[in-house]
Amino acid sequence: MIRYIASRLLSLTLSLIAASIVIFAVIEVIPGDPAAFMLGVNARPDTLLALRDQMGLNDPLPLRYFTWVTGMLTGDFGISWTYKTPVAELINDRIWVSLPLAIYALVLSTIIAFPAGIIAASRRGGMGDVSIMGATQLGVAIPNFWFAMILVLIFAIKLRWFSAGGFPGWETPLLAIKSLTLPAIALALPQAAILARVMRSSLLDNLGEDYIRTARAKGLTRRQALWRHAVRNALIPVLTIIGLQFSFLLAGGIIIEQIFFLPGLGRLIFQSISARDLIVVESVVMLLVFVVIVVNFAVDLAYAVVDPRLRSRA
Amino acid sequence: MTLLHIRDLILTIGTTDILHDVDLQLQRGEIVAITGESGSGKSMTALSIMGLLPRGARSSGQILLDGTDILTTSEPDLCKMRGNTMGMVFQEPMTALNPVQTIGDQVAETILIHEDTSKKQAHKRAADMLQRVGLDVAPSRFPHELSGGQRQRVVIAMAIVKHPKLLIADEPTTALDVTTQANILTLLKDLVREFDMGLLLITHDLAVVADVADHIVVMQKGRVVESAPTPDLLANMSHPYTRALFDASSHQVDLPIHTGCVQLVHASHIVRDYPAPRKKLFGPRPKFRALDDVSFTIDRGERVGLVGESGCGKSTLTRALLGLEDVQGGTITLDGAPVFTGKKPNLTVRRKMQVVFQDPYGSFNPRHRVSRLVSEPWHLLDHPPDNPEARIAAALEDVGLSASDASKYIHEFSGGQRQRIAIARALIVEPDLIIFDEAVSALDVSVRAQVLDLIADLCRKRPLAYLFISHDLTVVRSVTDRVLVMKSGQIVEQGATESVFNNPQHRYTQTLLAAAPKLPDFEEA
Amino acid sequence: MSRSIAIGATLTLVFLGLAALSFIYTPYDIQSFDIPNKLHRPDAANWLGTDHFGRDILSMIMLGARTSIAVAVLAVGIGICIGVPLGLLAAARRGSLLDELIMRGNDLVFAFPSLVIAILITAIFGPSAINAIIAIGIFNIPVFARLSRGAALPIWERDFILAARVAGKSSLRISIEHILPNITNLMIVQGTIQFSLGILAEAALSYIGLGAQPPTASWGRMLADAQTLTSIAPHTALIPGMAIVLMVLGLNLLGDGLRDWLDPRIRIART
Repeated sequence: MIRYIASRLLSLTLSLIAASIVIFAVIEVIPGDPAAFMLGVNARPDTLLALRDQMGLNDPLPLRYFTWVTGMLTGDFGISWTYKTPVAELINDRIWVSLPLAIYALVLSTIIAFPAGIIAASRRGGMGDVSIMGATQLGVAIPNFWFAMILVLIFAIKLRWFSAGGFPGWETPLLAIKSLTLPAIALALPQAAILARVMRSSLLDNLGEDYIRTARAKGLTRRQALWRHAVRNALIPVLTIIGLQFSFLLAGGIIIEQIFFLPGLGRLIFQSISARDLIVVESVVMLLVFVVIVVNFAVDLAYAVVDPRLRSRA
Repeated sequence: MTLLHIRDLILTIGTTDILHDVDLQLQRGEIVAITGESGSGKSMTALSIMGLLPRGARSSGQILLDGTDILTTSEPDLCKMRGNTMGMVFQEPMTALNPVQTIGDQVAETILIHEDTSKKQAHKRAADMLQRVGLDVAPSRFPHELSGGQRQRVVIAMAIVKHPKLLIADEPTTALDVTTQANILTLLKDLVREFDMGLLLITHDLAVVADVADHIVVMQKGRVVESAPTPDLLANMSHPYTRALFDASSHQVDLPIHTGCVQLVHASHIVRDYPAPRKKLFGPRPKFRALDDVSFTIDRGERVGLVGESGCGKSTLTRALLGLEDVQGGTITLDGAPVFTGKKPNLTVRRKMQVVFQDPYGSFNPRHRVSRLVSEPWHLLDHPPDNPEARIAAALEDVGLSASDASKYIHEFSGGQRQRIAIARALIVEPDLIIFDEAVSALDVSVRAQVLDLIADLCRKRPLAYLFISHDLTVVRSVTDRVLVMKSGQIVEQGATESVFNNPQHRYTQTLLAAAPKLPDFEEA
Repeated sequence: MSRSIAIGATLTLVFLGLAALSFIYTPYDIQSFDIPNKLHRPDAANWLGTDHFGRDILSMIMLGARTSIAVAVLAVGIGICIGVPLGLLAAARRGSLLDELIMRGNDLVFAFPSLVIAILITAIFGPSAINAIIAIGIFNIPVFARLSRGAALPIWERDFILAARVAGKSSLRISIEHILPNITNLMIVQGTIQFSLGILAEAALSYIGLGAQPPTASWGRMLADAQTLTSIAPHTALIPGMAIVLMVLGLNLLGDGLRDWLDPRIRIART
């Protein structure tokens, strides 16, 4: 087990280093002169000089990379050029919208998908299976931003159950959750469709395995064999998908945040890209990648808990 | 009262008729064996008794277990009977257990679903039963930590922990090594006596049947063709199919005599190491020695056998011999030239050796036609031959197929026919040596006999040396002049086949020969 | 499951047909605005109505289909042409450093949120259809690399590959002659899935203004334009959305149907 955790940790560290190098290369090296890129063609020479100085662009590349990484490790993400505030502050404000939104959507997605997938697999070929599969086919095909528009049309404009956008802040927790509900549903439904299909497929694979036949030969009913044996094994590959989904929900919230005027990371990154504020973009992308890599690591650990075969291998 | 009585059982699945008028009886304390080739309906009969038939199955007749007719019993009641009054053991031990549950939990589950007892009690009884079946590992282990034989013991423990009246075992030892097979069969016999159970044993291995069963039922294409107590059946086989089956099992191949001793293959002190999984994070990587100081020779036209159980190093030796992999010590030469020459294979050497594999279904690319499949070894020649179609046709006819088969796809052929095609592929470059790697192990008994005859025939037509690898001692005995016995990467004994089999020197060889079930010697009529 | 193939193929062909037709004919020319006729519900003159500039929505759907399909197909093309050889290479050299590097590279690309990077690329290098193709295509590469490697690995273990090695064939030859034909079916199925994902990605990028630029029509752009008009003229928002849903649905059904249709044949061919 220790070997497994150690090798996963090594993997995590290597990935983080590689990712940071790639991000650094893309943002600070490729556009040629990042300062010129940020300020545009009509920049005044002295502003250009000031920015180049602030960004440390006159230092050699390895030093610049090193400064950036150590900065991040100590919580210093630089100062945003457009907002003139520390990026860390900007991120801190926004993440408390994006992260809860992603978790909310993930929970909704799982609550819908698991029962749907299990019912579809246990009634394979029957009415339940066919209708659930039909619904998931539809769900996978719906663009989440269009679905958001429809939700706003029905629930905010016509029915007035929800507001059409905005975030009141966490001081009023219930109102905050309410404002995140339509966005979470818009995000969750297509993901739930994917997750339900994966759950069904994994479960069907397991139901065809020999150990299920052994279980039935012991006297377990079909339902007992399903719940006590198949479902647990079927969850293993589903874990990977959930991990992937979380990362997608965090980043995929970008467009949804635009539609619902939520002050999250998505809007931040979008506005920064439009304003060419590379300092902010660099840090937010690194943060998102960091979350993905850490979530993958957590999934790998969860695997070891669920699947004893992994605990003895390196 | 008769424990199990099957009467006029007819089974149809979809539009296919599977079983016709099957009759069978079994008493407590008796071992009845159902035997036959693939497609005979043996497994389906077993599944019918358990009520575990696939959807779309329709059956008629009677299956009376202690008076209860299984065919008219409801599913919930059948669930109460399974694991309780009747248990079943299946063929594949490696996949029969839930990988994420401990073996103790899985055995205890059989108790807990049928009885209202405490978890502690159930686990205690489970642990006792695991001990009883000869397993000395803790019940807290997981299936992946056990070998095939050990897993099969767990499955047996699960099936009998509630002392069922009837135990059905469907090919329980087919996937196991010879020595493990002997142990499991002994275990089953002991359990039958101790628990006064009836055992319905399904197997295609006639030697096992003759050794173990009190009563033999022979099935062919869904029908019972003969059924009699073992000694009676072995003495007088009334049905022609039964006779054919036993003849094929004890088939003696007529090998032409081998003369001359020109050395062809010389393997000298071969050592082959593999990197093993790390135990510690730092330090040198441990090595696993797959071949340990292996030395032997094969002369031109000589037929050498290689026997050993799984993990002894047979496959590694094959790959090293074929020049596919390098060895860490020692040399292998063919006609004096080394077989392994790094990245660029030495074609002159390589074209003198070919191989026939075990799995007739995995040996061929499903997307190529037979003509392309058979002619693949021509890649070893400097120039492709002048008249390819004629040569391919000749190769196919040599193995008993026809020239028109060249344009077909491999899925149109049966297992035995595919092995013939594999032999044709091996012969097409006229090699000096062929390696038969468990080439007949996956075939039905009657088909196997035909393929062995084909090999003997080919030996008559041309000087052919081969290395015949098999775990089936009877087969090896009939087709080889000399035999090598391998264990854990070493050759523990080698010599003329008859002397090794009649007078084994090494303890392992003796164990192996003792464990192999034997067919009784029949007098030729 | 031939019902899946039937419905899926029909839907796909309808849109392919509309896209192809748009090269030679659309009911109206969308370059010119026709403000007096704006926001008409679907009627005899405009089968799908008009948008806020008076343009015929049916014509825009046809031209938008062209954009979506072009972007998605080319993006899948990038994924297959680069990803499959990488995956086959990794499988042929399994366990080696090269294999490790390719898999790590894959994992690295997967770690990056595709939408964010696509936005980044199209924003830095300028919004256009070509950049959208590249941005989406980059993320198709690891998908095909991982899939082809995963499919190739078990085939390498099969005896007929060993037979080819005994016949003296090199890994490259074996990869092309034996491995590739046996994974083609899987690639086709995945190709249709990635195609449908490409349609969704292109729509998302155009929606936020980073895909094909006007006057090139795109469904995502149509949805963005319709956003503020959803209550007054819902058809402007519903119709492009339905187009996306139907196209993606059609491709997914086709992919599912193909998977089921191709699979039994492989199984029969194998046995």
